[in-house]
Amino acid sequence: MTTMPASVPTAVGEALTRIEGRLKVTGQARYAAEFPAPGLAYGWIVPARIARGRVRAIDIDAALALPGVLAVLHHGNAPRLTDAGDATLLVLQDDAVPHWGWPVALVVATTSEQARAAAERIHVTYDEEPHDVVFSAEHAGTYIPDHVNPAQETSTVLGDVDAALAAADVVVDATYSTPNEHNSPMEPHSATARWADGRLEVIDSNQGAFAVRQSLATLFSLDPSAVHVRSEHVGGGFGAKGTARPHVVLAAMAATVLQRPVRVTLTRQQMFSLVGYRTPTVQRVRVGADASGRLTALDHLAYSQTSRVLEFTEQTAIYARVMYAAGALRTDHRVVALDVPTPRWMRAPGEAPGSFAVESALDELAEQCGIDPVELRARNEPDVEPATGRPFSSRNLRTCFTEGARRFGWAGRDARPGVRRDGRWLLGTGTAAATYPARVTPSTATATAEADGLFTIRITASDIGTGARTALTQIAADALRVPLERVRVLIGDSDFGQAQLAGGSLGTGSWGFAITEACRALRTELDGGATVPPDGLTARADTAERVQALPALSRHSYGAQFAEVAVDLSSGEVRVRRMVGIFAVGRVVNPLTARSQLVGGMTMGLSMALHEEAILDPVFGDVVNHDLAGYHVATNADVPPIEVDWVDDADDVIPTGTKGLGEIGIVGAAAAIANAVWHATGARHRDLPIRPDRVLFS
Amino acid sequence: MREFGYDRATDVAGAIALLGADPHAHYLGGGTNLVDLMKLGVEAPTRLVDVSRLPLAGIEVLPDGGLRIGSTASNSDIAAHPDVRRRFPAVAQAVLAGASGQLRNVATAGGNLLQRTRCPYFTDVTKPCNKRVPGTGCPARDGEHHNHAILGASVQCIATHPSDFAVGLVALDARVTVQESDGPREIPLEEFYRPVGSTPERETVLGPGALITGIVLPGLPIAARSRYRKVRERASYAFAIGSIAAALHVTDGTVTEVRIALGAVASRPWRARAAERVLLGAPVGADAFADAADAELAAAQPLRDNAYKVPLMRNLIVTMLSELAEAPGR
Ligand SMILES: Cc1cc2nc3c(=O)[nH]c(=O)nc-3n(C[C@H](O)[C@H](O)[C@H](O)COP(=O)(O)OP(=O)(O)OC[C@H]3O[C@@H](n4cnc5c(N)ncnc54)[C@H](O)[C@@H]3O)c2cc1C
Ligand code: SF4
Repeated sequence: MTTMPASVPTAVGEALTRIEGRLKVTGQARYAAEFPAPGLAYGWIVPARIARGRVRAIDIDAALALPGVLAVLHHGNAPRLTDAGDATLLVLQDDAVPHWGWPVALVVATTSEQARAAAERIHVTYDEEPHDVVFSAEHAGTYIPDHVNPAQETSTVLGDVDAALAAADVVVDATYSTPNEHNSPMEPHSATARWADGRLEVIDSNQGAFAVRQSLATLFSLDPSAVHVRSEHVGGGFGAKGTARPHVVLAAMAATVLQRPVRVTLTRQQMFSLVGYRTPTVQRVRVGADASGRLTALDHLAYSQTSRVLEFTEQTAIYARVMYAAGALRTDHRVVALDVPTPRWMRAPGEAPGSFAVESALDELAEQCGIDPVELRARNEPDVEPATGRPFSSRNLRTCFTEGARRFGWAGRDARPGVRRDGRWLLGTGTAAATYPARVTPSTATATAEADGLFTIRITASDIGTGARTALTQIAADALRVPLERVRVLIGDSDFGQAQLAGGSLGTGSWGFAITEACRALRTELDGGATVPPDGLTARADTAERVQALPALSRHSYGAQFAEVAVDLSSGEVRVRRMVGIFAVGRVVNPLTARSQLVGGMTMGLSMALHEEAILDPVFGDVVNHDLAGYHVATNADVPPIEVDWVDDADDVIPTGTKGLGEIGIVGAAAAIANAVWHATGARHRDLPIRPDRVLFS
Repeated sequence: MREFGYDRATDVAGAIALLGADPHAHYLGGGTNLVDLMKLGVEAPTRLVDVSRLPLAGIEVLPDGGLRIGSTASNSDIAAHPDVRRRFPAVAQAVLAGASGQLRNVATAGGNLLQRTRCPYFTDVTKPCNKRVPGTGCPARDGEHHNHAILGASVQCIATHPSDFAVGLVALDARVTVQESDGPREIPLEEFYRPVGSTPERETVLGPGALITGIVLPGLPIAARSRYRKVRERASYAFAIGSIAAALHVTDGTVTEVRIALGAVASRPWRARAAERVLLGAPVGADAFADAADAELAAAQPLRDNAYKVPLMRNLIVTMLSELAEAPGR
């Protein structure tokens, strides 16, 4: 046994509570809608009440006559914007209405109540056009997109899938679907904009202040340095705050026109049409195998929808590109543009719906081959990433399954469906694999040695409730080789420079990389005898070159999901009794917040399996259940004990050794539950969510 | 801004006087439904008369073994009351199955009976809805209606009444006591809600300005073995997609007394009289239970997306009656 020298600090790996936890639970941490500002005015969005057409006229006189009303912005008088590569932000620019809920005007008044009352008095007449809002894989407008989110290949082909399927001993050919799901973070989007000292000052709820700054600068034709965006505390995002959203553009517009601070906060209902959601998907999966369960063909074709405003194609079929050794492998995407709000990122875009289809199909294959589902996955472990042939930096999926099966008590499982009973409940167990890419992008950071002996780190990171601020403090403390108490990490401020946004499970690795570089540089200077001047000694890092130079490896997190469910066939109710998730996620910086992320992801997967579904009305083109009473997410009572742990997964391609774990928890969770429902009842559920009516009619 | 007057009543006569004849004034109980609807613009009262502090929060045992539940008793107090739990368990279970702890703490008995439907078109003022604006149409019929009515609906409206509490009450012959401007009145809960017909906007038989003062549960020995079961799309904090309150008495293998009410199937808590008729005098057993369910559901008129409620309710009736028949002490 080796003992650590006392001088080597090891903050990384400590289970620390959130640094800002006390501020949050005592209400002192301010969220975007809570900052006071002298002379603050409030904007209220007037949403379109048709799904497609044009605004013929807007009558604003009655609204303007109301007390407190300062202005009504609409396409006839709003400032012109420059396209920043995201047409969902080009609001109030013309008379076109691309979907229900699109902003057609913004009322600004001295109180939010006045603005809302005035918004209700604005009379908009439309030239309505027939709309097309119903998604299906058979839609005549379906096309092959140029790429899928964010910039990945639409299709990959390896070998002859059709020939391999024709020759296979066993074939599964099944179609799966997932519905329109909404991120619904707890904190609604809010932005406050004002001009001060020649700069556009913005406080916004987002997942990346730097990206929002860049968008605003382009939209308003400003020098980027003239825009300052802050987002110190953010109440969740799940992707819905990944980049700028229309509320911040409207706030900046109004602040510019009125030359006073303006706040625009979305209502929960507005969030259903303005900030993105997960597209519905239809997925055909064909799997061919020999009698021993070795895959000879895997074919995954995914359909999804986008809007007519901006093409966004969910990368649903990329899951199969990394998962299994199949002789022939094809992955492909189709998309159709409808008169609907634009779908965007929602926790594990691509992998979350894609894993449901592939991991369900594998369970069907295990059933047909008479092979244990865990064993089936072990038999199809690839040596290199199947679609690209790239070597893995590390791949510990098998270890996850071994450990997960042990903890769950999988051994000796009776594979027969529909034979276990507890009163009126049929019981079953299921499993599924999970993966999520472990990418890293360039970021910048500074580390400052202060004259008082403390250290300040500045990085435009974002803590959307994940514990990022705390994890980054741990990383910085170790890199500086000082105790945690001497390090202060400042985030959520675009003036700190370019950095990755909080998304794609990219944060800790990308930010941690830059922070480590900056801290090491500072440490070297200090160790070399540099003296700290009164205003501090600062080292700066930009990881662009180092990220560019990283080896071309397949770098992914992996996981094994297990679930036990109870199903009442007479009522259609499904209850999850327990879940176990074992993950290989590289180095874990903070076990406490890491566990929360993984448990949260699995909970969201449960919610996806059983509850979440936005229902679009075909007549209006509006989400009917557009609030949290109608859009069901799992409640505490739905969530059973969830056991989460991780296996050793040393992978030091990047300095932090992390792989990211914000998203992988949701991947595979719905498939494990659906597979367990099959095991309980003998009925396959290929359409999510597994609602009582579907169980009753299965 | 929508401004409205607010008064707090201290006695029943005062409440009625404060409301006066103003058709745009509303009583305010816990506000858990009314205030939500005001925020959504569905209700726009000119005046609120807060009745939540009226001295009507008591729950007392009556000489016949029944109970009087004051109209301002909180849902939590009703569910926790030992006499409700012991004598009318279906009522306590139904209340407990509704909403959340926080909501039940403030929601009142009277407000619960008068809560409005959760039909998503009713609560969205940008959509037509015959119940909210008579004559505008019913988009639910061809639109989203997976949790709408299968019994007693009309072409004009297919909304359901969302209360769990009322289902327990109607099964056990509850009566609503009301104070109207011309005096008190007692109305069997089964007759309290009007058939939908062509006037879905008129939901109860209450006259203008009527104040609910309480609910009377008659002494009914069978009620002590009553039960409530609620099926919903998640384990808590969701309205029923189907529910049942029932009590059963069997003598020498024959059903001698039975009470059944169904929830989430109609514009009102649905007393299953047809099922009860089939069962009375029938030999107890699965066949009779199935016959009873079929008799009640024969009138069902399911739509595209709520047809599952027919097998669901059938299963609930059969399993509930089977459980009651097997329960000790019947
Ligand atoms: C999120 C949520 C979930 C819910 N889930 C459920 C559920 O699962 N099951 C369920 O049954 N309910 C549920 N509810 C509804 C809840 O039970 C009702 O909102 C509550 O019972 C209404 O009582 P209240 O006192 O707050 O009524 P209020 O909102 O104050 O009033 C409702 C109506 O009754 C009238 N009124 C009130 N008192 C009187 C009186 N004494 N005389 C005459 N008129 C009166 C008011 O004028 C108003 O029209 C839920 C509510 C919410 C918000
Ligand atoms: S069902 Fe009734 S409440 Fe719902 S939209 Fe139709 S008329 Fe309105």
